[in-house]
Amino acid sequence: MFTKRMFEQHLTWRKPSRRDFLKASAVTAGTLLIATTIDFGNNRALALSMKDPPQPNAFIKIAPDNTVTVMIKHLDMGQGNTTGLTTIVADELDADWSQMRSAFAPANVLLYNNLLMGPIQGTGGSTAIANSWDQLRNAGAAARLMLIAAAADSWGVPEREIIISKGIISHTKSGKRGTFGDFAAKAAKVMPPPIVEPKQPKDWVYIGKHVPRLDSVGKTTGATIYAMDVRRPGMLTAMVERPPRFGGKVKSFDAAAAKVVPGVVEIFEIPQGVAVIAKDTWSAIIGRAALRVEWDDSAAEQRSTEAIFTDYRELATKPGISAAKRGDADGALAGAVKIVEAEFTFPYLAHAPMEPLNGVIEIKENGDVEVWAGSQFQTIEVGTLAWVLGTMPQNITLNTVWAGGSFGRRATPNADYIGELAQIAKISKTKAPIHLVWSREDDIKGGRYRPMFLHNVRAGLDAQGKLIGWRQRIVGQSFIVGSPLEMAMIKNEIDGTAVEGAADMPYALPNFSVDWHNVKSPVTTLWWRSVGHTHNAYTVEVMIDAIAHEAGKNPLDFRRELLKEHPRHLAVLNLAAEKGNYGEKLPKDRGRGIAVHESFFTFVAMVADVTFGTDGGFKVDKIVAAVDCGVAVNPDVIRAQIEGGVGFGLGAALRNKITLSNGLVEQSNFYDYQPLRMSDMPQVEVYIVSSMEAPTGIGEPGVPPVAPAVANAIYEATGKRLYSLPWKLDGLQRT
Amino acid sequence: MPMLMINGKSFELNIDPEMPLLWAIRDYTGLTGTKYSCGVAQCGACTVHLDGEPVRSCQTQVGDAVGHRVTTIEGIEGKVASAVQGAWQSLDVVQCGYCQSGQIMNAVSLLSKNQKPTDDDINSAMEGIVCRCATYIRIRAAIRAAAQKLG
Repeated sequence: MFTKRMFEQHLTWRKPSRRDFLKASAVTAGTLLIATTIDFGNNRALALSMKDPPQPNAFIKIAPDNTVTVMIKHLDMGQGNTTGLTTIVADELDADWSQMRSAFAPANVLLYNNLLMGPIQGTGGSTAIANSWDQLRNAGAAARLMLIAAAADSWGVPEREIIISKGIISHTKSGKRGTFGDFAAKAAKVMPPPIVEPKQPKDWVYIGKHVPRLDSVGKTTGATIYAMDVRRPGMLTAMVERPPRFGGKVKSFDAAAAKVVPGVVEIFEIPQGVAVIAKDTWSAIIGRAALRVEWDDSAAEQRSTEAIFTDYRELATKPGISAAKRGDADGALAGAVKIVEAEFTFPYLAHAPMEPLNGVIEIKENGDVEVWAGSQFQTIEVGTLAWVLGTMPQNITLNTVWAGGSFGRRATPNADYIGELAQIAKISKTKAPIHLVWSREDDIKGGRYRPMFLHNVRAGLDAQGKLIGWRQRIVGQSFIVGSPLEMAMIKNEIDGTAVEGAADMPYALPNFSVDWHNVKSPVTTLWWRSVGHTHNAYTVEVMIDAIAHEAGKNPLDFRRELLKEHPRHLAVLNLAAEKGNYGEKLPKDRGRGIAVHESFFTFVAMVADVTFGTDGGFKVDKIVAAVDCGVAVNPDVIRAQIEGGVGFGLGAALRNKITLSNGLVEQSNFYDYQPLRMSDMPQVEVYIVSSMEAPTGIGEPGVPPVAPAVANAIYEATGKRLYSLPWKLDGLQRT
Repeated sequence: MPMLMINGKSFELNIDPEMPLLWAIRDYTGLTGTKYSCGVAQCGACTVHLDGEPVRSCQTQVGDAVGHRVTTIEGIEGKVASAVQGAWQSLDVVQCGYCQSGQIMNAVSLLSKNQKPTDDDINSAMEGIVCRCATYIRIRAAIRAAAQKLG
C-alpha cells in the first residue's frame, strides 16, 4: 500500500552503508537482548518494555528451556510473516526448526518501526519481509556469535573451533556438546558484536526450503486467539449504530426500547454514532436493533453510483494533475493512423475480512490503558488512544493479536475503530473491560472501500502497428489527501496510491501522459489488497492486449517488444507463457489470456485458462503464475500468497461491488456481497524465479495480474472486451 | 435455565433460550474456536456438530440444542478428526485461519459419511464455507489426503 516512491525515498534516506551500520551499532550497543527471564505471555513484561526508556532492539529470546522466540513486529493477518520472519532468524542461528517460536512484539516505535514506512510501527505494502531482511539476519548472526562466545568460554576452547548445527553447539576435539538453552544465560552477558556478516546463500538451511507454518496447529484446533476471542473478567460488549449515509450525524435518538432489552447496560452517543453496551454480544445486537435514531444528512453523500460515475466521466474530459509525462502524447495521438480508446470503471469494494473489526479495551484503576486488537498500525493506534483518552502513549499497552484477515481494512490512517473503542471507554460509566464488535453488516456498509475509479485511455498506432502514444486519465478519490499521512505521501499534488501501476508502467512509450483527478466525497475509502494496482494493472494489461489485437500482433510478442529494457518483467512473462502454453491452439469454447505486472517490487505474470460451457456457464480453469520476489525466503508461503491473491482478485472481478442508491449502501452481508467460493477456485500453478535479489513483497502482488489475465482469456474465447469490473458475463459466448 | 452439553461437559447457562447457540458458546463457555463472521448462515465459520450433524450455530437457538450433544472444534476427536486436522497441518492449509474451524467441522462431517468424496461431493459439502484468504485449493487437497489416510 505504500507507494514505490515512498520505498525509493526510504532507500535514499536509509540506504545502509557500512559506516551507518557501525554508527547505529555504537548508539545501540547491545542490539540484541538474549533474555532469560522475560515471559512474553506475561502482560507485565509487555508493559515494562513499553514504559522503560528505549531498550536495545529485542528480536530474539533464547530461553533456558531451549526455545527461541522471534519477536514479530508486524501483524500476521494470514500472510504468514510470523513463519517467514522466524525462518530468517532460524537460518542465521542454525537453530533447529522445532525450537522456533514467535510472539507479537509490543507496540514500541523505538524498537519496532517498519524501516520502509518511516518512523511508524505498522504492516502494509507487502513490506514485512523486505524491511526485516537485513535487520533479522544481522540479529540472528549476532546471537549466533554470542552463543559461540559463551560456549567457548565455558569449555575453554577457541571460538573458531565451535560449530552450530540444527540447534546443537559442539566442539569436535573435546567432544563437548550443548544446546542454546544451556548457554542462554551466559550468552546474554556477552557483548553483542558490533558488526556481523550474515551467511552466504550457499549456507542457508531453511531459506528457500520448506518449513511448516508456525500457526497451523493453533488455527486447526481452535486454540488461536484473535481479538474477537479475547476475554477479560467482567467484560461487556459494545456495538455502535452508525449513520446509514456517509457524512451523516446523529440528530437525536430514542433509547427507551433499547434500554429495556435484557442485558443492555448503557447507551450513549459518541462522535461516530450511538453506542450500546451490553453484558453479551447477543444482547448488544438486540439492544442496538431497538434504538430509534434520527440522522442529520445535511452534509451526507446523497448520490447514487450512476450519478457518481456520470460526474467522473465529465471530469475525465478535462486534463487532471499530471502524474507522468514523456514526449508529446497528444501530438502523437493526433498523428496516429489508428486510435484505440476505452473507458474502464471500477466499483467501491469492501475488504470483508472473515473476522469483523473489533478490539478490547481495559482501563486500570491507576488510569493505565490496555488494548487488544489485530493492530496493523500500532503507532497510529497508540497515538489515537492517547489523544482520545487524554493520556500519554507510555501509559498504553497495545497487545497485537492474530487477525482474521485484513486486506488493508485494519490499516487506517486515523485508527478508525480503535478511535471508536477509545471514545466508548472514555464516556462509559462502567469500569468494566469493553469489547467493541462490528457486525458483518457494519463491515459491508461501513465504508473504507477501495475507491471507485474511472479511467479513460487513448492509445495511438502508426502505420506499422507500432504504439506511438498513450494518454490515460484517472478519476478517483484519494484516501491520503486530508489524512495524517498526507504530508508523507502526497508529492507534487499526486497521490501515488491512485496512479501506481499506471504512471510507472514499464512499457516503452516515448509519448506518454497519465493524469489524475482527485474527487471528494464523504464516502470513506482505503487501500484494498494491492491498492492502486487493483485498477491500474487491469486498465493497462487489458488495454495493451486490446492494442496488440488492433495492431494485428500476438499479445505476448507485443509485450515482449515493449519490455526489452525490463528483464525481470520479461523473465516472468516468458516463464508464465512457457509453463502456461500461451499461444497453443485451443478448442472454440476455451480461451487463454496473459498479463504481467510489477507491484511492491515483485514481478508477477499470469496465464489464465477459461472455458465457456454450452449453457453459457463460465469457469476459470487454471492460473499459471510466474513470480520474482527476490530471495524466496519461504517458497510455500509464497505459493500460498499467490493462490490466495488469485482467489481474492478473481472473486472481486467476478461479482463484487458496493453500490449506492441515494447515498445508501445497497449491500449488507455475504448474500449480496458474494465472496469467492470453493467451486469458483481455479487450479493455480506457481513458478518462482530463482533470484539473489533482496526479498520483496508477496502479500499483495498476486492480486493485480489475475483479473486482466482472465479478461484477456475471455476475449480470446468470446471476442468480447470487458472494460468494467465486476464483469458482466451474461450472454457472453463466441460470436 | 437452559442446560447445554458441549464437548461432553454440561453447562447450565442463565441466558435466553432464544439466544443463538453461537453467542452462548462464545460468550458463556470460554470456548472461542467457533467463529462469528456473518451471523446469517452465509459463511459457515460458526459450524458446530449437533449430535454429529453440522449446523450453523448462528442460526440454531440455544433452546433447540438442549438435550443434544454439541461438539465444537475444541471437542472433535476420533479417526476422522485427527486425519483431517493432520492433513490441514501437513499441507499448511491455513492463512488467517479464522474460517478454518468451520472448514474443518464441515470436512470432518463430510468424511464421516463419505470416505471417497469426488470433487463434486467436496464442492457441495464445502461450498457454504467462505474463506476470504481463498485457501480452497489446499482445503480440497487436505480433504483428499485425509480421505486417502482413512481409505
